[in-house]
Amino acid sequence: MTAISLFQRTTWRPSSSWIVPLAILGGVVFLVIGSLRSSLFAQQTVSGLANGGVYASLAVALVLIYRATEVINFAQGAIATFTTYIAWQLIDWGLTYWLAFACTLGIAFAGGFALELVAIRPVERRGNVLTVVIASIGLLILVEGAIGWIWGNQVKFMPAPFPARIYHLGGVAFSLQDLGTIAISIASVFVLWLFFQFTKIGLAMRAAAVRPAAARLVGIRVSWMLSLGWGLAAMLGAVAGMLAAASPSVLLQPSMMDGILIYAFAAAVVGGLESPAGAVIGALAIGVLLNLLGSYVSWVTPQLLLPAAFVLMLAVLLVKPSGLFGRTRVRRV
Amino acid sequence: MRISRGTAYGVVAAVVVAVVIALLPLTLSDYHLSTGATVGVFFVAILSLNIVTGYTGQISLGQGAFMAIGGYTTAILTHNHGWNDIATLPVAALVGFAAGVIVGLPALRLHGVYLALITFAVALAVPQIAKNYSNFTGGTEGLALPTHSGLWLYRTAWIVAGIVFVLSWLLLRGRAGRAFRAVRDSEVAAASSGVALPIYKTLAFGISAAIAGVAGSVYVLVNNFVNPDVFGLTLSLYILIGAVVGGLGSLWGVIVGAAFVELLPLGLTTAHVSSSQSVPVIFGAVVIAVMALIPLGAADLLRRILHFGSKTKESVQSSLGTEAR
Repeated sequence: MTAISLFQRTTWRPSSSWIVPLAILGGVVFLVIGSLRSSLFAQQTVSGLANGGVYASLAVALVLIYRATEVINFAQGAIATFTTYIAWQLIDWGLTYWLAFACTLGIAFAGGFALELVAIRPVERRGNVLTVVIASIGLLILVEGAIGWIWGNQVKFMPAPFPARIYHLGGVAFSLQDLGTIAISIASVFVLWLFFQFTKIGLAMRAAAVRPAAARLVGIRVSWMLSLGWGLAAMLGAVAGMLAAASPSVLLQPSMMDGILIYAFAAAVVGGLESPAGAVIGALAIGVLLNLLGSYVSWVTPQLLLPAAFVLMLAVLLVKPSGLFGRTRVRRV
Repeated sequence: MRISRGTAYGVVAAVVVAVVIALLPLTLSDYHLSTGATVGVFFVAILSLNIVTGYTGQISLGQGAFMAIGGYTTAILTHNHGWNDIATLPVAALVGFAAGVIVGLPALRLHGVYLALITFAVALAVPQIAKNYSNFTGGTEGLALPTHSGLWLYRTAWIVAGIVFVLSWLLLRGRAGRAFRAVRDSEVAAASSGVALPIYKTLAFGISAAIAGVAGSVYVLVNNFVNPDVFGLTLSLYILIGAVVGGLGSLWGVIVGAAFVELLPLGLTTAHVSSSQSVPVIFGAVVIAVMALIPLGAADLLRRILHFGSKTKESVQSSLGTEAR
């Protein structure tokens, strides 16, 4: 702890060090053994990981904004859906999938940046956390409404980025779609990590998130860093939305991401809300867990998966509010 | 009993509003009467949110879920057990109270954004549960209820609204109301002054959910139909919009909020200003604008115009619960 922490209202200590890695290791061993023994189990695990990849992108987007402002952006899912519609529109106008993907990322960045500037900053200037949360819900209503207004409420069909090819490996069928989803979502989170770790702007953004006042003193424009964070979060959301829409079980409609947002919330909470790595692990775990529950426990119908995620989130918050990787925050009153 | 000037003005205003609402049926068609009944339902629902969020500072995004619980209580009792529909309202309140206490217990440990997360998830999870147990709730097809005339619905909704309003007013101006506001403004200060935080927070959730349950019952009667989509996320969010626009922490704002949520879409479409598709966009923009300009909503605007009382800028900061983190 540096001298600076003497002046902070909160003090930090790392969460219990060995239980968490042990639990993760146990989970991985369980999945590997199960996959070796049963090919159905292996397939369900892989498609669960693919779902988890989608949740991971969205969960990291939530964590990004939470770390900077302690606000949970309820509009994150709606913004992701909006950008997915933009991708759909670009493809409909004749662009190839990957060109549309790249353009959408750019548009998402600009859009997220602009939304922070127009909708959130004026509220943040005079309000507290809850006013900003309510404003983000206003944004959710606005963005979802705008989707319905522009594109209508009918379901659209998003083309899949990968050919519908199945690979066989020792009796287990892996779809290219699932593998590609896992690869892209993990890669996008990894690129973001590289950005934060190895660029000057990334360093400035981390500084602005951790010690806003100190960052301002060394010449970082903290408010611009927040806008930048919203832009990056919107990009990650766009990745999540486009990957989700490619899945056959998700329909491209204005409320597409409502349910996925809850899974991403649960993932972020399991990971501790402040840790991107925790959010990724939480998201993958939830994706696999729900998929296995759905296929092996007979009374868990698809309708009950969302309540199950809710129960998991509630349990984590009540038992260990700091999640797997969050740091326990001691409040001084 | 000593009655302050503010209270006297309040009672006069309440009587005027009540008379206007009572006389409106003379001029309205049957269709507009059932719209008026829906305004009454939103009035009760927004009031319920205001008690837990506006007065006690515990954010709840799941008010639609409590309405679902009340609504399904009424629907199941009338449809499957042949109850008289008015007789189900107290039962809905009791079941809602129980549900509110159950949600309120974990809420004791959760603050600010965490509470928002959990209640948001409740709003999305409850319709899913209703869909799942279809032999009990009728599933996606839902349950049908007896139909009533617009006038009957209007009277029922507003009589219920009047009773709930008076009871809430009595509750909020008394000991419990003071305790709620103390919890909202500073939990530490409230606890130091002897307010039992667990009891009053749980009580606020319970009472709020009981009122929301009644609102859900009447809502189901007005629609004479119930299915899980009736109580979707949109309903919870519209209640929040109404509370925010009307003013968190104000009983007077509630009627403004209810009228705003139900009548603005209707006004826009009948006046051909805009299609109903644009309504959510306008709602969302209004919520953001209110949060940026007048976080205490229409009630605060009115208060500032009339210099009613001496609420100043500091109250803006404290009224939404500064203890978010």
